[in-house]
Amino acid sequence: MKILVCISHVPDTTSKINFIDDNKVFDNQGVQFVINPNDEFGLTRAMWFKEKQNATIDVINVGNSNTEPTLRKALAIGADKAIRIDAHPIDGFFVAKQISEYVSSNQYDLIIAGRESIDYNGGMVPGLIAGLTKINFVTNCINIEIDNKSVTLEREIDGGKETLSCNLPLIIGGQKGLVEESDLRIPNMRGIMQARQKPLEVLPTYNSESKTNSIKFHKPDPREEVKLISPDNLDELINLLHNEAKVL
Amino acid sequence: MSVLAYIESNKGKIKKNSFEIVSYSNELAKQLGTELVVLVINVENTSELNKYGASKIIKISNSELNNFDSLIFSNVISQVAKHTNSKHIVISSSLESKYLAPLLAIELDAGYLSNVVELPSNLSPFTIKRTCFTNKAFCESTIESDIKIIGLSSNAFGIIENEMNSSLENFEVSLLNKKITIQSTEKVSGKISIADADIVVSGGRGLKGPENWNLIEDLAETLGAATSCSKPVSDMGWRPHSEHVGQTGKPVATNLYIAIGISGAIQHLAGINSSKIKVVINNDPEAPFFKAADYGVVGDAFDVVPRLNEKLKAFKAQNS
Ligand SMILES: Cc1cc2nc3c(=O)[nH]c(=O)nc-3n(C[C@H](O)[C@H](O)[C@H](O)COP(=O)(O)OP(=O)(O)OC[C@H]3O[C@@H](n4cnc5c(N)ncnc54)[C@H](O)[C@@H]3O)c2cc1C
Ligand SMILES: Nc1ncnc2c1ncn2[C@@H]1O[C@H](COP(=O)(O)O)[C@@H](O)[C@H]1O
Repeated sequence: MKILVCISHVPDTTSKINFIDDNKVFDNQGVQFVINPNDEFGLTRAMWFKEKQNATIDVINVGNSNTEPTLRKALAIGADKAIRIDAHPIDGFFVAKQISEYVSSNQYDLIIAGRESIDYNGGMVPGLIAGLTKINFVTNCINIEIDNKSVTLEREIDGGKETLSCNLPLIIGGQKGLVEESDLRIPNMRGIMQARQKPLEVLPTYNSESKTNSIKFHKPDPREEVKLISPDNLDELINLLHNEAKVL
Repeated sequence: MSVLAYIESNKGKIKKNSFEIVSYSNELAKQLGTELVVLVINVENTSELNKYGASKIIKISNSELNNFDSLIFSNVISQVAKHTNSKHIVISSSLESKYLAPLLAIELDAGYLSNVVELPSNLSPFTIKRTCFTNKAFCESTIESDIKIIGLSSNAFGIIENEMNSSLENFEVSLLNKKITIQSTEKVSGKISIADADIVVSGGRGLKGPENWNLIEDLAETLGAATSCSKPVSDMGWRPHSEHVGQTGKPVATNLYIAIGISGAIQHLAGINSSKIKVVINNDPEAPFFKAADYGVVGDAFDVVPRLNEKLKAFKAQNS
């Protein structure tokens, strides 16, 4: 079984978000970058298939050379090979097109992406890849089992979950549940040493357009000071919620 | 040319978030100087929609569409979009709509933006505001393709009434073959889901243990609210994972979010920040949540919450 895990390179969840160049560009000064959390759950689940079912794992990123430490980290966790498509990821469509082009000349049984990146929050790359390649697609995936070519999955739905089945090849949008937080792996010294020897292939950009563009960023307006209400005057809280905020 | 709004239904009834989608789409249609078409699938009675204004309602009735399938639904919507020559398609940010939107985008060769919070600020180039960096920032984005799909954030726009009599068209669709089979569905019954709720009551580690969750549940019941929790609470198994909210959990974009015994870590706030009004109850006046909240009570949850609940019950009894 050949697995491809899509890796988005994102600011760590504790990062302060700032912009430069007239608010056109994200300021990565002092920001620590990590594997997108949803992708890390996916990669860890892929490791399970590697160890139990002999799968091989490639990881792919569409990005500039500064994403390579993130790809090396994925190799240190246990992926076999990394691919970087050398391009600035303009939008979800552009990224999906790059990955689809790569996939169409390199067959995979399972493609794992995240349900959403925590920077762009598009929630669209895996679905767009599925649309472009006509591969089966399940997002919000919280469990996956594979027996030969047949797959059983669980998917989060609004207000519950459902169990699905389909055949490989398949692409999923993964999230927590695929594995638990406690299953996530911190690369050890041996993994880090091995990762240096593993292939990291850099491919040129496939010719493609984008459909959307991020023009300008800004941060939410600083909010007003909190109104403190004495615990002995809870009627006042209800009054404010009813008459001022109008939410009761 | 028209604007097409796709709204969801559940067992024949229009889902509540639909009225916001229709309100938004109607304003968008006005801005574009065109008409609004609303698409409903397997809805018996559409008269509720008249209040919010659509020129036309397209009704599809087909028992094969009782269960959601992203591939089949996206294809159905694309058939309707082509039939009505719609260049702007508005969908919600429910899990179903987010699932089908990228597939629809490929079918229609459209550009798609999710998490949209406003009407376009400019029509040429088509420029619209969305949230990114998990609610830590906004982005002005353009859609350059001819056909545009807009995923509206819930509770970002609100509801605008606009009485109008709509014409009704029953539309026949041909369905793609299923490639994915639903084996079973498990719904937490009798409970309001976080996505559907107007009010969410959330508990953190300050509640000390799962045995104290009646505090949260009782308050939620009084308010008709959904319940949620911080990440450590679900990690420790005090509450199910489906209640974990925040940057790495479910997003909350509700009208009122009440945080009890939650410190307000940056990852928690990121996921709940787009809620309109935030109330925090915490015994530590230095808790970071107070900097992100609209109203705060510095006090012990075990004292404050039961008393608040009693007062709210009385308030509800008086005001209903
Ligand atoms: C990569 C990553 C992702 C994360 N994602 C998320 C996420 O999505 N969602 C999330 O929630 N967290 C997330 N976290 C965890 C986050 O950093 C915090 O650790 C977590 O939100 C804290 O939960 P808490 O507020 O319930 O607990 P605590 O931080 O322990 O806070 C408990 C609060 O309760 C108050 N308290 C105690 N007793 C009482 C009482 N009797 N009455 C009233 N108040 C009381 C205390 O003053 C304190 O403020 C993430 C962390 C990381 C590293
Ligand atoms: N530049 C990228 N390179 C590789 N994979 C990506 C990239 N951007 C997004 N993805 C994948 O697509 C998922 C969803 O991203 P998004 O559509 O941006 O929310 C991520 O979790 C990744 O798995």
